[in-house]
Amino acid sequence: MWSDVEIDSTRGNFKGIILPRSETADDTHIVLKMDTGYNVGLAVDTINSITEHGRKEAHYKIPEKEFPFDPKKPNVKLLGTGGTIASRLDYRTGAVIPAFSPGELYGSVPELADICNLETEKLYGVFSENMGPEQWRGTAEAIGREIRKGTSGVVIGHGTDTMHHTAAILSFMVQDSPVPIVMVGSQRSSDRPSSDAAINLINATRTAAHSDFAEVMVCMFGPTSDQYGLLHRGTRVRKMHSSYRSTFRTIGDIPLAMVEKDRFVPLREDYKRRRSDRNVKINTAFEERVSILYYYPNMNPDILEALIDNDYKGIIIAGTGLGHVNKPLYPALKRAADKGIHIYMTVQTLWGYVQMYVYDTGRDIMDLGVIPAANMLPEVAYVKLGWALGQSNDREEVKKIMLTPIAGEITDREPHNGYLIYQGGIPEVEEFISRFKK
Amino acid sequence: MGELKKMKDLTLEDYQAIGLKSGLEIHQQLDTEKKLFCRCPVRPYSERFDAEILRHMRPTLSELGEYDGTALMEFKTKKNIIYQINKETVCTYEMDDTPPFELNSEALDIAVEVTLLLGCKLVSEIHIARKQYLDGSIPTGFQRTTILGIDGSIPYGDRKIGIIQLGLEEDACREVSDTGHMRTYRTDRLGIPLIETVTYPEMRSPQEVADVANILRYLVRSTGRVRTGIGAARQDVNVSVDRGQRVEIKGVPRIKDIPLLVHNEAFRQVTLIEIMDELASRGINHLTFKTQTSDVTAVLKGTRYYPVAEALKKGMGVRAVTLKGYRGILSIKTQPETTFAKEVSDRVRVIACLDILPNIAHSDMDAETFSGAEWTKIKKSSGTGENDTVIVVWGGEEDLDTAVKEIIIRAEQALDGVLDETRQALPCGISGFERVLPGPNRMYPDTDLPPIAITEERIKRIRSLLPELPWIRRERYIKDGLSEEKAQRMSISPFRELFDEVSKGSGFEKQALASFLLDALRSLERNNRIENLSAPILKRTIVAAAKKGLCPEALPILVKQTCGRGMIDPEKAVDGFVKIDDKDLPERTGEYLRSLELPGIDRKRLVDFLIGRLKEKFPGQASGRRFFELVDRFVGGDPL
Repeated sequence: MWSDVEIDSTRGNFKGIILPRSETADDTHIVLKMDTGYNVGLAVDTINSITEHGRKEAHYKIPEKEFPFDPKKPNVKLLGTGGTIASRLDYRTGAVIPAFSPGELYGSVPELADICNLETEKLYGVFSENMGPEQWRGTAEAIGREIRKGTSGVVIGHGTDTMHHTAAILSFMVQDSPVPIVMVGSQRSSDRPSSDAAINLINATRTAAHSDFAEVMVCMFGPTSDQYGLLHRGTRVRKMHSSYRSTFRTIGDIPLAMVEKDRFVPLREDYKRRRSDRNVKINTAFEERVSILYYYPNMNPDILEALIDNDYKGIIIAGTGLGHVNKPLYPALKRAADKGIHIYMTVQTLWGYVQMYVYDTGRDIMDLGVIPAANMLPEVAYVKLGWALGQSNDREEVKKIMLTPIAGEITDREPHNGYLIYQGGIPEVEEFISRFKK
Repeated sequence: MGELKKMKDLTLEDYQAIGLKSGLEIHQQLDTEKKLFCRCPVRPYSERFDAEILRHMRPTLSELGEYDGTALMEFKTKKNIIYQINKETVCTYEMDDTPPFELNSEALDIAVEVTLLLGCKLVSEIHIARKQYLDGSIPTGFQRTTILGIDGSIPYGDRKIGIIQLGLEEDACREVSDTGHMRTYRTDRLGIPLIETVTYPEMRSPQEVADVANILRYLVRSTGRVRTGIGAARQDVNVSVDRGQRVEIKGVPRIKDIPLLVHNEAFRQVTLIEIMDELASRGINHLTFKTQTSDVTAVLKGTRYYPVAEALKKGMGVRAVTLKGYRGILSIKTQPETTFAKEVSDRVRVIACLDILPNIAHSDMDAETFSGAEWTKIKKSSGTGENDTVIVVWGGEEDLDTAVKEIIIRAEQALDGVLDETRQALPCGISGFERVLPGPNRMYPDTDLPPIAITEERIKRIRSLLPELPWIRRERYIKDGLSEEKAQRMSISPFRELFDEVSKGSGFEKQALASFLLDALRSLERNNRIENLSAPILKRTIVAAAKKGLCPEALPILVKQTCGRGMIDPEKAVDGFVKIDDKDLPERTGEYLRSLELPGIDRKRLVDFLIGRLKEKFPGQASGRRFFELVDRFVGGDPL
């Protein structure tokens, strides 16, 4: 590895530096970096001989510069959990690995120094699918520490896949924060020139340092264009596209605010304001034996039976329509309720409320002990139930926690513009997207 | 430093004396149905767009952990980049909102075929790389590209020209406009499969570069699987001379433009080296290089020099940069109608985005600019002495700092002679600065796609279908009696297979058949006479005509019927063609010729005139040669 070589093969002579090969690739080829910068693979069984001329090991380093300190600027803490807000290449896996120190961040996003004094702490280095109760608790506790230490705002770097799960649980574990808590990530990793990482990081850091929104929020691209970021309430946000930059959307409501280059534009008034006190409630109790059951036609009750037999304490059902499942599931639901399992109904339509009185099916299901969870998103209901069961196992107590909104997870009313997914092809929509760079 | 030399006065030896070396990168679109990394159709191009998106580019670290120079330059320019999206030809992949799909296997096959034709060593496994382009021409900020083979060659006269490598990559956007801090691109071309052939810098004169470009073009066309037409093939030409640097001239659309561009670039480099030597002889080096900058906005209030007066009206600022000891340097001619000042002006235009020209003025200029009194004040405020020169630049305050920095950078770089940079081909064979030449630092692996093995089976399958090499085919045609010109064109014509099939045993004269396929057919097509042209019908028409013993001159008449609006059955059309027996031809033509009133013109003209009349009266009945023979006899006094 890293040898500067000349290789004589049955397909000809090749010169270059031998690179580490990705662990997931086959072991019958070696990878050579030629001096043009291109990599090529050579089959091992075609190689006659290799002559080594020297070595040239790569040094990956984001240019590190000391982050400047300005006593007039607010202090912001960036907590890292993973993701690719700043990153470099990993030869071993061929993937990008995060780079994180303030110096590295300053080296790659120097604009940050105009916003605040930045301190960083790497809590975890995991892909977002590997975030779980342990990391949620650790993050919540770290936020509490930083607030009490006097930070003006907290930014949390996070992989985007489960950012909305973490945003939701942090909304319950960290209550009444006096400062903004802003989650941020990137949809295009920061090793790409077109990455959204730098703009997202700048927007999130500005929000944490200077905005008046003292809530748990997600700050990501508004449109796919580099125009403005959106602040989404942590309990109403969801990743809605596997790859778009503008993947995060507020569901069933409108976002909190737009983050433009030089200002914040609040879209609503009911947000919690920044305070100067340091009072924050941290409550990280969490029951892990909770599950989401995504109902589909012809679902067999044995799935539900398995959850009951495995001692699950709480189940969130993502039902069809207004909150329905089929009849064959009824006996299992009854058995679960009898066993004291807490079961809540949400809707897989994502938009809209559960309404179980409209059809007999709904009434029957409620009679079996399933509790409608209003317009809580299924993932939000899932983390909230885990958190509620961490507080109590009493059916009524848990129900009270579940159905009393803590951070906007249930809303009294759905505004008419809370359900907007424009559809292409329609003349007025086409006119809109051709006029505004969305 | 006298007048620049003219290309027509120079020989190969003259170019060898300055050490001219030139190489080519030829980009050729492949004729696939779909794009390289998504399933969008490759056509049609359109001016229409349905949406626009706005992006910016930031430099990132390369695989070896360094920033690329070009990348940093582009970042300095702070451009807003607009992409126009046409929904027919662009999906979320081109917008960089969806990861790539599997590489188009049809494109890979064609690229392997060309790699084999070039005699390159094939790699066992291709690795997709990302080649950074921060100019915005690709929304991702990089081009997905891969190398299939290295170290091939093509014959050129009694030499061989080496091929460095053959790559397969996605095409970039088409630029619509670039003004100030806003650059706009059309995305329809983006993602079309392209092969890039790179030669060693082994061409020694401007003409050799064009010759080799033509050979490579013929070679790729011989596969029959590449696109033709405007923009389907684009050449980058790199040029260096002794003590010079490799300079790349990008995107030359026509091969015939290449020689003059190469010539002018060679002598631009020669001049830059002379300037370097001149500055050294004045005792200026990187340690003694000195400038002085001042704000002359107030000083120039009320100037009647129009560009600056306009700028001041808009509230813009003006700076003066004195270059110590540089007197006269800026007015040295580097290209026809172009002085060294253009090198500075280009930088200011490209990097500081001050693109309303002129964007600078300097004290060595002959042209009318500021008044004598104004120059005196400018010189006074920026400390310009007897041996110095001063450059004045104007623009928005936000861009002026960058502009001043770039002026100083470019002026100091004159101490280094030629810079490795990318230049843009301009009309009249000159070129302008585009960007700093990127290095291998802008390459890094694409983590979105796994490597693809080029298996022996694939190679074997493609090798068995390889076309005859165009230069070998050409030799064969010459041996078969085609003229060199026809042999050359037929060897790369889309009809070459058809020509081989029908010329065998048809009894047709080959040269005439080639004329029909290469020229007559095209002219019929241009005149919309054969809108239903199809290869099978064309072939049947030719075969039937040959069987009946018609001559190739009858073919245009027949094709108009079989491939025209009527679409008459080829066999029927041939049946309907009344052929005059050759032994009756003298009598029939004689009768006609005798009926004509002969104009009083010289013999040669008369012969041509009469042949023309016979072709009109007896279309497709005989070859031109046979008509000539008859007319010649008639004019010679034979009544026929």
